Amino acid sequence: MSTYHLTHLAQLEHEAIFILREVFAQFERPALLFSGGKDSIVMVRLAQKAFAPSRLPFPLVHVDTGHNFPETIRFRDQMVEAVGARLIVRYVEDSIRAGRAQEEKGLNPSRNGLQTVTLLDAIEEFKFDACLGGARRDEEKARAKERFFSHRDEFGQWDPKNQRPELWNLFNGRKHPGEHFRVFPLSNWTEMDVWQYIAQERLEIPSIYFAHRRSVVNRSGVLLADTPFISLLPGERFEEKQVRFRTVGDATCTGAVESSASNLDEIIQEVASARVTERGARADDKRSETAMEDRKKAGYF
Amino acid sequence: MSTDTRYLSMDLLRFTTAGSVDDGKSTLIGRLLYDSKAIFDDQLEAIERATEQRGEDHLNLSLLTDGLRAEREQGITIDVAYRYFATPRRKFIIADTPGHIQYTRNMVTGASTANLAIVLVDARKGIVEQTCRHSFIAALLRIQHLVLAVNKMDLVDWSEDRFNEIVAEYKQFASRLEIPDIRFIPLSALHGDNVVDRSTHMPWYHGGSLLYTLETVYIGSDLNHVDARFPVQTVIRPNSDEHHDFRAFAGRIAGGVFKPGDDVVALPSGIGSRIKSIHGPAGELSEAFAPMSVAMTLEDNIDLSRGDMVVKANNPPQATQDIEAMLCWFSEKKLQPGGKYLLRHTTRESKCVLKAVRYKVDINTLHRKAGDLEIGMNDIGRVHLRVAHPLLCDSYQRNRATGSFILVDEFTHATLGAGMIIGTPMSELPGPGTVEMGGL
Ligand SMILES: Nc1nc2c(ncn2[C@@H]2O[C@H](COP(=O)(O)OP(=O)(O)O)[C@@H](O)[C@H]2O)c(=O)[nH]1
Repeated sequence: MSTYHLTHLAQLEHEAIFILREVFAQFERPALLFSGGKDSIVMVRLAQKAFAPSRLPFPLVHVDTGHNFPETIRFRDQMVEAVGARLIVRYVEDSIRAGRAQEEKGLNPSRNGLQTVTLLDAIEEFKFDACLGGARRDEEKARAKERFFSHRDEFGQWDPKNQRPELWNLFNGRKHPGEHFRVFPLSNWTEMDVWQYIAQERLEIPSIYFAHRRSVVNRSGVLLADTPFISLLPGERFEEKQVRFRTVGDATCTGAVESSASNLDEIIQEVASARVTERGARADDKRSETAMEDRKKAGYF
Repeated sequence: MSTDTRYLSMDLLRFTTAGSVDDGKSTLIGRLLYDSKAIFDDQLEAIERATEQRGEDHLNLSLLTDGLRAEREQGITIDVAYRYFATPRRKFIIADTPGHIQYTRNMVTGASTANLAIVLVDARKGIVEQTCRHSFIAALLRIQHLVLAVNKMDLVDWSEDRFNEIVAEYKQFASRLEIPDIRFIPLSALHGDNVVDRSTHMPWYHGGSLLYTLETVYIGSDLNHVDARFPVQTVIRPNSDEHHDFRAFAGRIAGGVFKPGDDVVALPSGIGSRIKSIHGPAGELSEAFAPMSVAMTLEDNIDLSRGDMVVKANNPPQATQDIEAMLCWFSEKKLQPGGKYLLRHTTRESKCVLKAVRYKVDINTLHRKAGDLEIGMNDIGRVHLRVAHPLLCDSYQRNRATGSFILVDEFTHATLGAGMIIGTPMSELPGPGTVEMGGL
């Protein structure tokens, strides 16, 4: 019997490193989209491994909605410094001020959709030809058909019906000037894999992923944090709960879950028995059944 | 720590699912996902809502597996979708490929990375044309393990005779395929019989359930660990004082095993050297094997770059400008005799020209289509290609990674087709009755 065996995590790791190197080899100006969330933290670790002992051969790009949890931004800056990476931040606020994006109407406007404008502007400004993202196919069903190398036309749009077939380990990154690619090295990872990898690598993650006491409001099943960007509807009130976040994003639509998981082992156990997807706590996906697909077509992450 | 660290020894199985429309593929996948807790409450709610909106009465599990709006509106699956679930033993990646539209493209894509194929049949209908087509593609793509899932056994009164009849018919057909491991499981996806747990309705069946089979099928010898092949992806050269002289060749091992101290040859230059060190994701390694991503340093300062290949001195690949291959065509634009394409193989891209179409396969009967050499969308044929630079390759049968390529349109950059290398041109083709499985 062969002893050449790799665990599922090792296989995913080798695959992701292959993709990262492929991006470096096939493109001239790649960038890694970095939100400060757990998936992008894993991406940075994989990129370090892919190019060691060199430094990261591409910058990290954060599209900042302004609706942040302060813990995440602090964490981001510490991490960038520790890794010695170059960080580029572009602000949705600036896109709104420049009249390139319009704040949503209504109470607690989410800036999730507006990130697309700022991102596409940043891609044009820096002439990025490949943007590495930490999205996974298990997150949402529109992502289940996403490629590793996802082609975007000159308007940054995704055409789900006209994707290039991807076979074996052969990735076709050819494109015309002005077009770019989004590349997803974690395509085959699940939320569980990400947590297991964080545990295996002992990666630091922002504190909001662990259970803590926080003032939240329950809005149609989503627990939204008490932040300056949230105002209450009639009849609503903030209450203190023991919660943690399963994703970090725009604070107006990223919901917390009640949890007592205060370390990685407990989180892994919680994920193993969870009955709601991690995106289930996101108000932006609840807007319609094809919310994600529509946003992706327009150039979202 | 109360750590549950079983995941540190789980491995990974990739499989495809195929069947004709209504054989129960979505139901089966839905059940595997549901019973392994990979379907969450909010996903269930979303499909309940959608089922209701469509005015259907039973929970439509296909909504769970059909991802995109266009598909939901037309009620068809048009692309490969990937799904994930895990048991304590294994993580599974399902390449869910639709059986009807653009079937060849999607099936070939899904099969290219799969260890195992599940082919579904309806127990009432038995082996149909699509069963043959799906099995042929699995065989062509060199999937080593195939499960014929005989579904809807409840509708044939759980009949052992009916099951045996189907098995016998399939075995006869499959003797022409080169699939080393074929298993047969009678099941009912709807009722869950033999999906996760053994069925109580079919005591005559002594094999394992489908999930048990997926968890235990041995895939450790599917990869080539004999012929050492290391296609160079990129060169790592830190420009810092600390690592001033460090130069490593990064890539994914495509075959065999490499160790520090091994005598190696760089191709195409033919210059020899010795491996100094191998660096994996967790640090220096005493050996590295397919499919690991590593960075290698050599004792000598030789010239090597993307597209080159490091191999063991005593075991080189073929280096040839003329290849014979089975080609699957994905594009609406037909394959052009004399047409020029970009051929991507391992980490190398070269121009190539189509010299000849040898024959076209009727994928339903496995026979050659007499007198028809036109390769259009979803067709498969054997071709002769001439490549601008020698390809460092093995037959696909010997090594999936060094025996496969894609053809890309020089102008639109679209991926047009996928090929599996058989070898170099021979003066004679095999007899007219045979269709090659990519080996020879
Ligand atoms: N009686 C019975 N019906 C089944 C079984 N599996 C699936 N079906 C039904 O067959 C129909 C087609 O199933 P579906 O999963 O949508 O097929 P697909 O087109 O292959 O994805 C549905 O009405 C299912 O409820 C089974 O094992 N027994």
